[in-house]
Amino acid sequence: MAQNEDDDYEYRIKEGDHIVLKRGDVYKAVKIQRKKKVIFEKQWILLDNVVGHLYSTTFEIASGGTLQPKEDKETESSTDVKVAGTDNRNIVDDGKSQKLTRDDIETMKEQGLKNEEIIQQLIDNSSTFTNKTEYAQDKYIKKKKKKYENTVTVLKPTCRILAMMYHGREPGKICHLRYDTLAQMLTLGNIHAGSKVLVFETCAGLVLGAIMERMGGYGSVIQMYPGGGPVRAGVECFGFPAHFHDMLHEFPICHVNALLAGTLDTGAKDPTAEEKDLNAAAEQEQVQPEAERQEGSPADERMGTNTGDDAGQDQEKLEREKRQEAKAQERKVKLEEKRRKLAAAAALLEASNADGLVIASHFHPCSVLLGLIKFLSPSRPFVVFSQFKETLIECYTKLKEQGGTVNLMLTDTWLRHYQVLPDRTHPLLLMSGGGGYLLSGTTVATDHSEPAGSPPAEEPAPKRQKVKDSEG
Amino acid sequence: MSFIEYSDLIQDGDVAIVHLGHNSVTAVKVHHGAQTQTRFGVIRHSTDLIGQRYGSKVTCSKGGWVHVLHPTPELWTVALPHRTQILYTTDIAMVTMMLELKPGSVVCESGTGSGSLSHAILRTIAPTGHLHTVEFHQQRAEKVVEEFKEHRVDHLVTVRNQDVCKDGFGVTGVADAVFLDIPSPWEAVGHAKAAMKKHGGRLCSFSPCIEQVQRTCQALTDRGFEEVRTLEVLLRVHNVRPVTLQLPDFGPDSSSSFSQAPEEAPPSAAPNPAPLKIKTTTLPREMPGHTGYLTFATKPRT
Repeated sequence: MAQNEDDDYEYRIKEGDHIVLKRGDVYKAVKIQRKKKVIFEKQWILLDNVVGHLYSTTFEIASGGTLQPKEDKETESSTDVKVAGTDNRNIVDDGKSQKLTRDDIETMKEQGLKNEEIIQQLIDNSSTFTNKTEYAQDKYIKKKKKKYENTVTVLKPTCRILAMMYHGREPGKICHLRYDTLAQMLTLGNIHAGSKVLVFETCAGLVLGAIMERMGGYGSVIQMYPGGGPVRAGVECFGFPAHFHDMLHEFPICHVNALLAGTLDTGAKDPTAEEKDLNAAAEQEQVQPEAERQEGSPADERMGTNTGDDAGQDQEKLEREKRQEAKAQERKVKLEEKRRKLAAAAALLEASNADGLVIASHFHPCSVLLGLIKFLSPSRPFVVFSQFKETLIECYTKLKEQGGTVNLMLTDTWLRHYQVLPDRTHPLLLMSGGGGYLLSGTTVATDHSEPAGSPPAEEPAPKRQKVKDSEG
Repeated sequence: MSFIEYSDLIQDGDVAIVHLGHNSVTAVKVHHGAQTQTRFGVIRHSTDLIGQRYGSKVTCSKGGWVHVLHPTPELWTVALPHRTQILYTTDIAMVTMMLELKPGSVVCESGTGSGSLSHAILRTIAPTGHLHTVEFHQQRAEKVVEEFKEHRVDHLVTVRNQDVCKDGFGVTGVADAVFLDIPSPWEAVGHAKAAMKKHGGRLCSFSPCIEQVQRTCQALTDRGFEEVRTLEVLLRVHNVRPVTLQLPDFGPDSSSSFSQAPEEAPPSAAPNPAPLKIKTTTLPREMPGHTGYLTFATKPRT
């Protein structure tokens, strides 16, 4: 048995873990902290008890919000009813079929009755239930079960779950990027271990996290961020191991022009000049916009707690004290750290040999795409998401004018879910209206950037013209 | 080149994707001294390909040119020689995400078919994962082994030539995910379960017909699978193009004619209003309306 427990170690829920709560089709990502109450589906729950259990365990919510692992999983047959009608010709909606009142149900809940018992009570007190068809009865029970369900399942976060969660809970935060669209992006972008990927996203870090998951800690991801600092709330939900963060770099998009022009300062060109950095710190402070510092530091803190896990809170307190003692020193160190990061990211970008580009933001994608595509090697995929087709039409047109890409495709996907039940199979009544649009393509060498030693046949002008037609 | 790792230069023995324009691509095995015919003329591998950068423009003998692209599973999917009906990128993308594939995943697949999905799986699970794929058709199994070797991914995959419904996947308790694309997936559900890790995993079955889906869902539920979900994804490709729309002539405007007539050119020459040009997209007249239903399920811990 002892060996078994060792095997299970990595599947056990630990304090400080990022987890996802699930009930029905509703998900919520939380971090496990002792004595911290979280609200899920209008219920306060305390997660202390889940620590040590295996992932994917279903818990029952007891009074006071504590969780008890659910013992018997399949109790479906408890509400078995044999009598059923054949059609609804004699069922009249008089609003009086249910004899229990709202108050009765509330009292039952307060008495701590199990949800199966409440449902049985509802059935027993429904005058029309036995006249309903077998299917209608089934539907009735399912509906009530959903309403009085009192369980929650604890899941290990994955891209699938988080993408579905964000789409269900906060589509506005991820630019209405539907999960099947995200799936297309990862595939069309050929995201895989060992590559160097550029990402520009304002999807709370979901897209970034999805890319990091697919890269498994191998290779590098450079997050181009607008404004004061990168948003990574979604990345944290994935609960990546610490070493995943080694492959993650960030670069402010406001420095892209400077980088392309070769005028980017901040020691990027000369990362060894660390004494200079200290002197430049004061200057730097003025150069950096105010917002950058304010937003930048909490982001750093969050990263800190993420890797520090359980000791996070204590550390934070200590840090606060330290900061008061040596605020200036701290800031200098931070700036230095920031500059080193910037220099590292700039060095990665400068080679202009990135393997992939993924854009998903609420900014107009056109300028972002045209700016960042310059950092890609030839023969590499890129994919741009937009909630609106019009912005991608513009991107498409500009790319065609500019050249340097092939296989341009403007697409969207339809996603349809099915109810599959004996004699009752059909598409679900509701489907998502739209999950956004994608523009994807592959970079190719432009005539100018072709290697100088490029051997034979730099084709004569007339020939070149002839083939231009065929390019489309 | 390798399907799981980018490289910059084309080398002898590589598989390169030649882009002939307008979504037309073909795969080429690069060999010293070899030639490839395209509708733009001949490509001579020794001079035109070897040593060139992926993504370069290559001029063919008739003066036309093509682009040579680094192979990816997505390009391979549109270029590969069909030996069976294949899965396309839209479904593959959904399968990959919903099966939660990532570097290190161990995956079982059947049938291998033409290897379209297999390449995408290998790309995603490299460098530490493994694919166990089962194909009961001997020639197809042999052919795909050859391709994996050519594409330098053979260290990540084991091909077994057996009947998955009878003999299973040839492994037990190792898989994080199982994919079934066979005529009677319900007969393989038990084997799929056996192949999966003790602590659980994800399963997907691809079937074109709803009756197959029904039987599969029933088998999955009977075997204790949870979260059984069936869905369908369809790709719409929008063609970007400018469209010109005429404006009808409403005839002379009496109210404005007073002010216009004196200042502007002869009213008799007033042409039809200038047509409006808009930039829009059109959808193809016909598009693939169905590929297959994707049924996903979770195997709980056993």
